[in-house]
Amino acid sequence: MRPFSYLRAPDAPSAVATAAGRPDTMYLAGGTNLVDLMRLGVAVPDVLVDVSGIASGTIEETGDGALLIGAGVRNSDLAADPLVRRRHPLLSQAVLAGASGQIRNMATVGGNLMQRTRCPYFQDVTKPCNKRLPGTGCPARAGEHRNLAILGHSDDCVATHPSDMAVALAALGAIVHVEGAEGPRTVPMPGLHRLPGEEPERDTVLGQGELITAVEVSPLPFPGRSRYRKVRDRASFAFAVVSVAAVLDVADGTVRDCRIAFGGVAHAPWRAETAEAALRGAAATEAEFTRAAEAELAAARPLPGNAFKVPLARNVLVRTLVDLAEAS
Amino acid sequence: MTTLAGPGAASSVGSALDRVEGLEKVTGRAKYAYEYAPDDLVYAAPVQAGIARGEVRAVDADAALKLPGVIAAIWYGNAPRLAPAENAELSVLQSRRVAYRGQYVAVVVAETLENAVEAARLLRVDYDVEEHDVELRADHPGMYRPERVNPVYPADTEQGDPDAALAAAEVVVDEVYSTPAEHNNPMEPHATVAVWDGDGLTLYDSTQGATSVRDIVAPLFGLPPGNVRVVSPHVGGGFGSKGTPLSPVVLAALAAKHAGRPVKLAVTRSQMFSVIGYRTPTIQRIRLGADARGHLGVIVHDVFEQSSRIREFAEQTATPTRMMYAAPNRRTTHRLVRLDVPTPSWMRAPGEAPGMFALESALDELAFACGIDPIELRVRNEPETDPESGLPFSSRNLVACMHEGARRFGWADRDPAPGVRLRDGLLVGTGVAASTYPVYRRPSKASATALADGTFTVRIAAMDIGTGARTALTQIAADTLGVPPGLVRVEIGDSALPDASLAGGSMGTASWGTAVVRACEALTAALRERDGQVPPDGVEVSADTAREIGGERRFAQHAFGAQFAEVGVDPATGETRVLRLLGVFAAGRIVNPKTARSQFVGGMTMGMSMALLEESVMDREFGDYLNHDLAQYHVAACADVRDVEAVWIEEDDPHLNPMGTKGIGEIGIVGTAAAVANAVHHATGVRVRDLPIRIDRLVR
Repeated sequence: MRPFSYLRAPDAPSAVATAAGRPDTMYLAGGTNLVDLMRLGVAVPDVLVDVSGIASGTIEETGDGALLIGAGVRNSDLAADPLVRRRHPLLSQAVLAGASGQIRNMATVGGNLMQRTRCPYFQDVTKPCNKRLPGTGCPARAGEHRNLAILGHSDDCVATHPSDMAVALAALGAIVHVEGAEGPRTVPMPGLHRLPGEEPERDTVLGQGELITAVEVSPLPFPGRSRYRKVRDRASFAFAVVSVAAVLDVADGTVRDCRIAFGGVAHAPWRAETAEAALRGAAATEAEFTRAAEAELAAARPLPGNAFKVPLARNVLVRTLVDLAEAS
Repeated sequence: MTTLAGPGAASSVGSALDRVEGLEKVTGRAKYAYEYAPDDLVYAAPVQAGIARGEVRAVDADAALKLPGVIAAIWYGNAPRLAPAENAELSVLQSRRVAYRGQYVAVVVAETLENAVEAARLLRVDYDVEEHDVELRADHPGMYRPERVNPVYPADTEQGDPDAALAAAEVVVDEVYSTPAEHNNPMEPHATVAVWDGDGLTLYDSTQGATSVRDIVAPLFGLPPGNVRVVSPHVGGGFGSKGTPLSPVVLAALAAKHAGRPVKLAVTRSQMFSVIGYRTPTIQRIRLGADARGHLGVIVHDVFEQSSRIREFAEQTATPTRMMYAAPNRRTTHRLVRLDVPTPSWMRAPGEAPGMFALESALDELAFACGIDPIELRVRNEPETDPESGLPFSSRNLVACMHEGARRFGWADRDPAPGVRLRDGLLVGTGVAASTYPVYRRPSKASATALADGTFTVRIAAMDIGTGARTALTQIAADTLGVPPGLVRVEIGDSALPDASLAGGSMGTASWGTAVVRACEALTAALRERDGQVPPDGVEVSADTAREIGGERRFAQHAFGAQFAEVGVDPATGETRVLRLLGVFAAGRIVNPKTARSQFVGGMTMGMSMALLEESVMDREFGDYLNHDLAQYHVAACADVRDVEAVWIEEDDPHLNPMGTKGIGEIGIVGTAAAVANAVHHATGVRVRDLPIRIDRLVR
C-alpha cells in the first residue's frame, strides 16, 4: 500500500480548512467504499481526514416539519429511524435495498451520496477510464456495459451512480447541506450529482474540500403512497440493474401529483420530470402510466449490451405506479 | 487388553456424527494455510501480465527495490530455473512469453505485505504486445479434436447411424445451448507458506491433495518427493480449483528459494479470476430424434469449448450423454480451441454440470414437443444396460429418484401448459431434470495403530476441504474396528502421512475409505494374533489398495438423482427466483447423513447459482475476465436460497467398495440448472438456452 497521512478533524470548519484546495486530500467516514478503492489503487489520497467523529449522527425534526439527517448517520440507523419510517418510508426502503446489513452498519449518509460508480473499468487500474484518469478513454462503451447508463451519458463516460438512497432523496427533493471554505451552502437533490459530459471525473457539483454535513428532507406538498422498487440480478447484496422511487397521489382515478426517480440508468439519480409532468392530471391507468414512462424513456440512448434496460425501466415504473394506484 | 467387537457390531456409519473438528473450526483454532507463521517470514506479491499475448521485453525493478523492506524482485531474468513441467502453468517465471492476461510475470518479496504489494505496483514491465484472440466461437477456425477429454475419455464416440436416424425421426429437437465461463470461489482463497530448509521444502498449502502437490512440485525443483512436505489439515473449500497444484504454490516455493526466507503468498479474490482455473465456457448443440411416443432413436451431442495456449484442458462435457438414456444411434463430439486465455480446470462436476444442463434441457424440450410428461419421457428411455459399454449397471435408481421426487414435490397435479400460472404477481412454474455422476476410485495407502490406552489412530494423507471427510473416515474406521468413533483419531491433510489420492472426482470417501477399511481389518487381525495385547508403543499396520483398485470393470457405476425446481418469474422485470428446490439422490450408502446433506444442498445451491447468476465476463479488448470480484461475479446470496431440500434413496450395492458408497460431492450441482431452466419455461413459455438466466433474457 501507499503511505498516507491520517488526520482527525475536531470540527467541520477545520476539516474543510485542511481539505480545501488540496486535491490529494479525501474525507473518510464509514470507509465502505473508499477503503476498497484505496486497496484497488483507484483512490490514492495523500491525506485522509476522518470526519466520522464530527459528522452529526442524529436525525432532528426542524420547525417546519422537515427532518435534518446528520451526514454521519449510519445507513442502518437511518432506515430504522421511526420518524423516517413514518414520514418517508420510501427513503427507508431504498436504504434497506442497498448493500448488506454489515455494510449499512458502517456506511454513512454523506458517504453513501459520495460513493463512486461500480463500473468495472473504473475499478480496474490496469485499464483506461476517463473517470479515473481523464483522457485515457472509455472501454465500457465498446466493451462490457450491461449495468451502465442508458440516459444522460456522454462519449466520455457511461457510468451509473450506484446509490439506492440517493434515488429516493432525488424523488423526495431533499436538500444537501454542505460546509465549504466559503461557509455553508445547500444543494437540492437531484442536483448534487451531475451528468458526465466532458468531465466524468466529477461525480458531483461539490468543490474540493466541500463536506456534506446533513441532508434535509421536507414533507412533500401532497399526500401520497410511495415505493422503492429495485430490480437486481440476485435477491440481495447487488446493485440495481434499474430502480424506481415513486410517490403517487391519486384521487378519483386521477393523478393529482407524483414524484419519480430512476436509479441504475444514469451518472446521477434520474428524476423523471417528463413522466411526472405527463402524469399530473392524467387518468391513473396502466395506459397513462405506460405513456408517461415511454415519454421519459424517449430520451434513452441505450448501448447494445444494455438495451434491455429501456423496457425494464418502463415496466418497473408502470408496475410500481399501478401498484401504488391500486393501493390508493 | 483391547477388545474389538469386530465389524458389524458397531454402526457409526449411517449416523449423523458431528464433525470431529467442528469445535476447532468454530473456535478459530483450526489452522488454515495462511495462518502458519514460521520465523523470518516474508511476504510475496505477484505481478500479473498486463497483456493477453506477447513477450516480456524488460523488467525495471529499480523503484520497487528502493522501497523499504523489499528483499527481492524476481522475474524470468533472475528466477531460479525449474525442471520442465507437464503442466506449463507450473513453469512460473521460466519464459518471456505471456500466454494470457493475469499470468504471473514477476513477484516481489518484502518484509511486510503492504510493502510487497506497493513494490509490485512499482515494478515496471515492458511488453512486446501481440494481437490476442480470446473469444470462443463454435465456428472458430482453430477448433480441433483433442486426443482425449478429462480425465481419459475419448473425445468422440459414435454408435449406429445418427444422421440417418435423425432424418427418419418423427420428432426432432435440434438446439444450441451455451454455458459461460465460471470461476470457483471457495471461502478460503488459495494460499501457501513455503519454507526451505536446505534441500527440504515444506509447503503449508490450501490444497485438495497433499500427496499430489508433493509429487508434482518436488521434481520442478529437482527434488525427490521425500524432500517435500505438504501440510494442509484444514482447507476452506476448493470445488476442484485446489485439485491440482497451480502456479501460486510454485511461485511461493520459487520466491522462498530465491529470497532465502520463508514466504507467504495469498492469492487475492481478484487474482483468483486469472490464476486458479475456471469452468470453460461451452457451446453445445444437441439433436434428439424420437418417435411420437418419445422413444429416443438418436442422440447427438456436439461440444465446443476452449483452453489456453500453454495447456490443453478438454472438459468432458458430453460424457454423461453417452450413458444417460437408451438410443440405438448416438454421437458425441468435443472440439477445442486454444485461445489467449487462462487455462480452464476443474469446477464442481466438470463435464457433467454444463453437459447435463444441455442434455436435460433438450429432454424437456422433447417432452414438450411430444406432449409427454418429462418424468415419463425419462422412464421410457431408461436403458437396461450402459448404452456405451453394454455393461450392466451395478445399481441405477434414476427412475426411483424421479418417482420419489415426484411424490414429495407434488408433481402429479402439474398442469404442463407453459406461461399460465400467476401467483402473488409472479409467473410460477416447475421443472425437473436428472442428475448423475460417475463412480471413481483411486489407490491410497493408510496405516492404523492400536495404542496402549485403548484408542486408535488412523493415518492417511486424505483431505477434508469442508466436506466432512475426516468425520466420515472416523466412522468408517470405527465400524471396521468395531469400536465407538470416540476411540478413533484420524490424522489427515499431510503428505508425510501414507499417500492418498486427492479430494476430487467425488472419490474421496471411496478411495480413502477402502484404504482405511483395509488397514483397520489388518489391525484387527494383528490384534487378534496378539490376543488383544497392545505393547506400550502400540501396534501399527498399513494397507495399500493399489492392487485391489484397478483391473477390468465388470459394471457401469454411476450415482443418479432427480432435481425438481419451482420458480417465480416477475412478468414485468424478468427477475427469476427459485422458490423451491428438491433433490432426490441414489448414491450408494450414505456414511453421514448430516455432512452428506450439506454436500447435496451445497451442490444444488451452487447449481442454482449457475442457473441464475454465475458468469465470468470475458473482456474482449483486454483479454481478461472483467468481473473479477464478488461484487461483480454474483454467487447466490442467502436471500436467493429459500427452500432447498435434499433426500436420498438408500442403495445396497455390493460391487462398489467395502463401504458401499458412491461419491456425493458433485452430483448435487448436476442437473440443477436444467431443472431451473425447465421451470422457467413452464412459468413463462420462454426457453432460455444460454446461462445464466438473467433479467435480460426474459424482460420484454
